[in-house]
Amino acid sequence: MMINYSRTLRPLVFASALLALAFSSAPAQVVAITGGRVFPVSGPAIEGGTVIITNGKITGVGANLPIPSGAQRIDASGKWVTPGFINSSTQLGVIEVSQVNTTRDMSAQGKDNIAAAFTVWEGLNPNSVMLAPARNEGITTIAVLPAGGLVSGQAALLNVVPGTTTDMIIKAPIAMVAEIGDASSAGVSSRGELIVKLKELLEDTRFFQTRRAAYERAETRDFAASRLDLQAMIPVIEGTLPLIITVDRASDIDAALRLAREYNLRIIIGGGAEAWMMADKLAAARVPVLTGAMNNIPGGFASLGQRQENAALLRRAGVSVALIGNAGGGDEEAFNVRNLKQEAGNAVAYGMTWDDALRAVTLTPAEVFGMSSRLGSLQAGRDGNVVIWSGDPFEFTTRAERVFIAGREYPEMTRQDMLIERYKRLPNSHNTPVAR
Amino acid sequence: MRALVFLLLAATACSSSRPPVTNNPPRSSADSTAGLGRGAVSAPNADPFPSTYVAYPGRTTVIRGVNIFTAAGPLIRNGAILLQNGKIAAIGQSVDAPADAVVIDGAGKFVTPGLIDNHSHLGVYASPGVNALSDGNEATNPSTPHVWAEHSVWPQDPQFPRNLAGGVTTLQVLPGSANLIGGRSVVLKVVPSRTVQGMKFPGAKYGLKMACGENPKRVYQTRGPSTRMGNVAGYRSAWIGAEAYRRRWDKWNSDRKGDAPSRDLGNETLAEVLRGNILIHNHCYRADEMAQMIDIAKEFGYHIRSFHHGVEAYKLADILAREGIAGSLWSDWGSFKMEALDAVRANIALVDRAGARAIVHSDDPSGSQRLTQEAAKAMAAGVAAGIPVTEEQAIRWVTINPAWSIGLDDRIGSLEVGKNADVVLWSANPFSVYSRPEKVWVDGALLYDRLDRAQQWRTDFELGFVPFDRN
Repeated sequence: MMINYSRTLRPLVFASALLALAFSSAPAQVVAITGGRVFPVSGPAIEGGTVIITNGKITGVGANLPIPSGAQRIDASGKWVTPGFINSSTQLGVIEVSQVNTTRDMSAQGKDNIAAAFTVWEGLNPNSVMLAPARNEGITTIAVLPAGGLVSGQAALLNVVPGTTTDMIIKAPIAMVAEIGDASSAGVSSRGELIVKLKELLEDTRFFQTRRAAYERAETRDFAASRLDLQAMIPVIEGTLPLIITVDRASDIDAALRLAREYNLRIIIGGGAEAWMMADKLAAARVPVLTGAMNNIPGGFASLGQRQENAALLRRAGVSVALIGNAGGGDEEAFNVRNLKQEAGNAVAYGMTWDDALRAVTLTPAEVFGMSSRLGSLQAGRDGNVVIWSGDPFEFTTRAERVFIAGREYPEMTRQDMLIERYKRLPNSHNTPVAR
Repeated sequence: MRALVFLLLAATACSSSRPPVTNNPPRSSADSTAGLGRGAVSAPNADPFPSTYVAYPGRTTVIRGVNIFTAAGPLIRNGAILLQNGKIAAIGQSVDAPADAVVIDGAGKFVTPGLIDNHSHLGVYASPGVNALSDGNEATNPSTPHVWAEHSVWPQDPQFPRNLAGGVTTLQVLPGSANLIGGRSVVLKVVPSRTVQGMKFPGAKYGLKMACGENPKRVYQTRGPSTRMGNVAGYRSAWIGAEAYRRRWDKWNSDRKGDAPSRDLGNETLAEVLRGNILIHNHCYRADEMAQMIDIAKEFGYHIRSFHHGVEAYKLADILAREGIAGSLWSDWGSFKMEALDAVRANIALVDRAGARAIVHSDDPSGSQRLTQEAAKAMAAGVAAGIPVTEEQAIRWVTINPAWSIGLDDRIGSLEVGKNADVVLWSANPFSVYSRPEKVWVDGALLYDRLDRAQQWRTDFELGFVPFDRN
């Protein structure tokens, strides 16, 4: 569905954010969002639809629903209503200032480039000033992935709510992460050797799993990996925890598919610059891909085939695609988790259907991480993660006007808003404006 | 806004609509500058790597029924534009076109000037990003005014055709920001060429890259400068040497007494800055540092044409406006280092509102392909902060304003009769995420056509390595 670009610009009134702050209160029991163009994602769009959230859960979605008495009514006429967006690959919360080492907590030292035991969410900073901008712009859920080494560690799925990490966690772990695209960063000499090392880990895990008692009596041979890493890998070889394999080159994707077959792994391809070249095979193996739609640069010899149509071509072949942010892999990723909508819009410009693009930032990531019974769609029984947009969510002029997470709103002036307020009116001197 | 520029630089042309004149103090003698073309610099250093650019052949073309962002006035709805002999021959609600003109129906589509990115490292940080192609920072000395970016540009960088397909027709390629003084920039047309000379914009002035803050002090931590005060001492020492050099040469140029002073490559460039012939492009994030750089410029009598990155430009927007300094900015990069911590998305809108020239720059081969999307984000952020910004204003951030920053606003950056026919035809409003360039003309020659593979430039590198069906 291609939506006409609207030239209407609606001013945001800062006062509304302030007002909301002043009234932050207990969650309304029942919220009824009425009159909007509702996109359940799991079903067709509903014009003038109603979404009812009761005690944090969606309890009704449809046209002409009766509104429970005492419900907080929100008129969404002329607005678009979607599930909260899910960014399925980010370091938001584990990197604050990427060039300040003490604020970087997304990588583990590990042992010999293997850090399977590393649980990245333990280092998450729930007070990161970048969480609120992401939430205010419609990102309600994030998958925080560890990075670096050969096996980077375990990822978590979190709601972007204020509070503690415990309050944020939806599920942890949701996946193990491995990177097989770059031999040197994994401490080996060639791509083939990366696979050897990964196989050694998988086989040692099997051995460890079946001979645990002997291991505890120190009657087994030595393993390259540590005890905790081996233990963390058990759900991966059992196929209960998916393994995200971050990789770009088509031949490396092929190697990942062979590995998955040989060891019975559930894998997810992350990045996948050349995945479009492997689209049919990925579809046949039912392997999902997490990728963006804003990179077409042959930035390395492993990504010469990189193109913006990647996501659309994969989708067309029947691959499950979740869109992820961060076009150029720049340092500002965490700052711009909110730009997921730009990825989705560009995916459409480069051949994906609009409906698929919306699915790729909502229901598909929920499915990929096994959480579609709670997230990613608007239907009764799902968590109340709902966004009311001023228009087509992918357009730049569209704003996320109301953002609900588990039925609750958290309007908050961001640090960026505060800076703007302070410097909106400059004094006639070098003095700093005194405000807020 | 321009008043102070004149104060600073006396008779220097601050608008590129006039030929460059040396100023402050003695002007080079007539014979030493005789024969110097536009864009050349004072003797003895007169344009040793001249542009050999020749426009590609174009056909007289008229686009009708199209919406036109001219960057020089209001949107022309359902208008027409005529490209002839490499120039814009007519533009308006309707135009008279010769019978043999190619006629393009632009119904529902949009036309803009060719976009201009004044902060690019294409060619000097080419793809693939291997060490052998990493030629953007001569990080061997904190002050390297003697290096020229053009000597690092690889014309076969596959990022060039992607930029053209993104509607970018002119680039300023800069050295990186490792050094206090990084070297000369070069202004390129985004066209296929065997040589960098064939891409050089004829007559464009050079720029000089300078860098504040964290990068130089981090790169030179052990040998110095290792602090911001060390940075400032480094700039000032360099300008002191350059001023003495300029005086020696200007004196000799006027009296020709005795042997010519010996040449020094770095000081030649710096002296040309002091004469007003090379434009300063200053990488600087923090407002307090920008204010200090402005004082340094005043101490030595040069002018800063533009600050680049300036994530805190909004804190100093009034002063940028007063000093006639442009802000070349990102829409939404921030937080990746301490000096980028205070980034706000309304930065560009706030700078624009204060009356300074606001520019969307990329510093990034990906963002450079989507300059109107970046502008759209900045525009929306401005509106959200209560600053009304129109699309007619925002288009200037990626066209006429960057053109001014590289001294070419008399030739490119807006659609006006007589200007170069650098034109982009977009599938929809360029501020929509769904819009893509369909056709791109450089000097009236169609060099990109999304619907015609024969009109899609592929670099030598791409042959065999990169699958063709990328569009």
